[in-house]
Amino acid sequence: MAKTFSKGGVHPPENKLSANSAIQIVPPTNVVSIPVSQHMGAPSSVIVKKNDQVKVGQLIAQSAGFVSANIHSSVSGVVQKINTIIDTSGYKRKAVIIKVEGDEWMENIDRSAQIIRNFTMSSEEIIKRINEFGIVGLGGATFPSHVKLSIPKGKVAKVLVINGVECEPYLTADHRLMLEKGEEILIGIEIQMKAINVSRAIIGIENNKPDAIAHLTKLASSFKGIEIVGLKVKYPQGGEKQLIKAVMNREVPSGGLPIDVGAVVHNVGTAFAVYEAVQKNKPLFERVVTVTGKSLSKPSNFMARIGVPISNLIEAAGGLPEDTGKVISGGPMMGKSLNSLEVPMAKGVSGVLIMPDNESSRRRQAACIRCAKCVSVCPMGLEPYILMTLAEREMWEREENERIMDCIECGSCSFVCPSNRALLDYIRLGKGAVGKIMRARKA
Amino acid sequence: MKISPSPHNYGKDSVSSLMYGVIVAMIPAMLVSFYFFGLGAIIVTLTSVVSAMAFEWLITKYLLKKEPSLIDGSAIITGLLLAFNVPSNLPIWIILIGSLVAIGMGKMSFGGLGNNPFNPALVGRVFLLISFPVQMTKWPLPGNFPMEYADAATGATPLGVMKEGINNGEPMADILQNIPSHMQMFYGQMGGSLGEVAGLALLIGCLYMLFRGIITWHIPVSVLGSIAIFTGILHLASPEKFADPLFHILTGGVLLGAFFMATDYVTSPMSQKGQIVFGVGIGVLTVVIRVFGAYPEGVSFAILIMNAFVPLINNYIKPKRFGEVKVA
Ligand code: SF4
Ligand code: SF4
Repeated sequence: MAKTFSKGGVHPPENKLSANSAIQIVPPTNVVSIPVSQHMGAPSSVIVKKNDQVKVGQLIAQSAGFVSANIHSSVSGVVQKINTIIDTSGYKRKAVIIKVEGDEWMENIDRSAQIIRNFTMSSEEIIKRINEFGIVGLGGATFPSHVKLSIPKGKVAKVLVINGVECEPYLTADHRLMLEKGEEILIGIEIQMKAINVSRAIIGIENNKPDAIAHLTKLASSFKGIEIVGLKVKYPQGGEKQLIKAVMNREVPSGGLPIDVGAVVHNVGTAFAVYEAVQKNKPLFERVVTVTGKSLSKPSNFMARIGVPISNLIEAAGGLPEDTGKVISGGPMMGKSLNSLEVPMAKGVSGVLIMPDNESSRRRQAACIRCAKCVSVCPMGLEPYILMTLAEREMWEREENERIMDCIECGSCSFVCPSNRALLDYIRLGKGAVGKIMRARKA
Repeated sequence: MKISPSPHNYGKDSVSSLMYGVIVAMIPAMLVSFYFFGLGAIIVTLTSVVSAMAFEWLITKYLLKKEPSLIDGSAIITGLLLAFNVPSNLPIWIILIGSLVAIGMGKMSFGGLGNNPFNPALVGRVFLLISFPVQMTKWPLPGNFPMEYADAATGATPLGVMKEGINNGEPMADILQNIPSHMQMFYGQMGGSLGEVAGLALLIGCLYMLFRGIITWHIPVSVLGSIAIFTGILHLASPEKFADPLFHILTGGVLLGAFFMATDYVTSPMSQKGQIVFGVGIGVLTVVIRVFGAYPEGVSFAILIMNAFVPLINNYIKPKRFGEVKVA
């Protein structure tokens, strides 16, 4: 039987509409807005000013600490202004607005199609390069990659786990990347293995992508220590803890990190970005994004520059359908609904999902019938119905004892509830309150 | 454009789809009861279902002053279950009382669906059993779609025969002469409450609910398993004094209880471990009541008693958390 994680999980309809459309390059728009907080951690500090000329790949905002990331221009042209705009988070954030002129890249970026297999950098040099080139987790969490690759004192990495699961319905960006850039991904993995000094990497891919499994398995035969593991389809297998459980059969302890069980987890998209940074001198300023939806005429996968408005990508996929009710950055299970189509593409945007109006509204919430479905699907072994009730009653201490902070916000509980209870909404509320209390206690 | 936090999609189950799934699962057993108990079964079922719906509607509208919602189907289930738990010659007025108690006392007085600690149909049934012991224990004999209702010929249930025989010290072989064969009982050809007799049909309903994901195996298997093991041990120790496990499982509403009443969402535990404890509790209590108590059957009481323990079970038996071990 195929491997998977053992506890809970759901099977939302997969709807991988764009699985067969090859990655297309979309040209940048006339003006792009590049946000300075596209990653978890401190916003970067802008180092360009109005009227500066910039090239593609030029550093425009500097990392503001260890947990932060550099940001590079995705276009060539003139800085129009530094402004606050609404980004995919829905909040107002600072961004560099650039008027595009031509497409002039930094000279040291290797734009040839040639695949470069050998590398000579040391572990430190690799991590430094990844840091400088602004690479963050491209699965959606956007955690700065150099942080994950810097193994804390006292811990030892044993396995590099690569996430090719793409368990979110609709999204196909990673799937296409594995099919079209398989060798680059494997080289990127080799580079990361060197960075954390391990001799083993496992790529987990769900069995609904047999072509990707076959392709990478074939390619991997010429790489040492890289295994491909087919996984039984189950959401949220792409969660770090679930993936580690599935491929290594280890449980990351509550409150702990993957490194506590010797694992470092990266996404296939990140592996590709690492390849480009180390072998091609190319900073992270573009990424693959799935633009999809049931009423969209051309569900597609694009290689899109950071900073182009989402509306531009939707246009390239056939235009916004009339019956649109909701536009989501990411997938239907964990994505964020957008309040404007003008928000710019960012490093963490793996998909743009257009939901028709008749699927966009919340359903009416009814009383809990105690069916226990939320309990049986929770991948963290929590009891969502209790967490919700306690949050409603603001009983934070009990909430903490019920392990609310273990919740990975996968949404399986809300998804499955027959009474349409807003379980995760309340759990988020509870996590916020409990997190605050815990921080205050530490301080 | 609409804005809302994730998730943005819903699973296929709604409260009403689950409830109607349970109703569909009860149809085979209902049809078998119509066949064996004829007109009486139809009258009892109709009265019970219609009155349960009516009481729920009236209480919601005039006592709770809320918009009544019958569409979730839960009142139909309570009505059906109550009918399944009474003899097919029960007078209409007694059914109405049972239905009022089930809905009014068993369910609405606690705030309606989701809040009641006890299975409403069982509350109704036990109330009737205590208030009308004579009418509630006169069981019509099965026929081929008989047309009698109140005047149906009655007899004892196999469990009743067994209990009396054992109490009178009759040899087991003689007692078994006086009750239907296991196979007849499996089809439903025996005296008893109208929905409890049809073992095969109940099993089909249960498999349907398992297949649809409406219930999980934990409660039915732990109830039946513990009854089988407990009575199996007794039977092996003293075959003259204790009937075989299969007899115990096929009679006295064990299948009905294990499949349709112990699995009631509202009144069963939330964690799978808790559900197993609950199921074993029901199984053991059932056997204890049957073998050592005054009543020949015992499932109803066992379920109600275990219902009372559900809050305790939920409090102390938690699902295994992911990453339970603390960081060293
Ligand atoms: S899934 Fe919904 S109805 Fe069922 S127990 Fe959880 S909160 Fe209650
Ligand atoms: S959102 Fe949290 S509580 Fe709900 S199923 Fe996922 S981990 Fe469990």
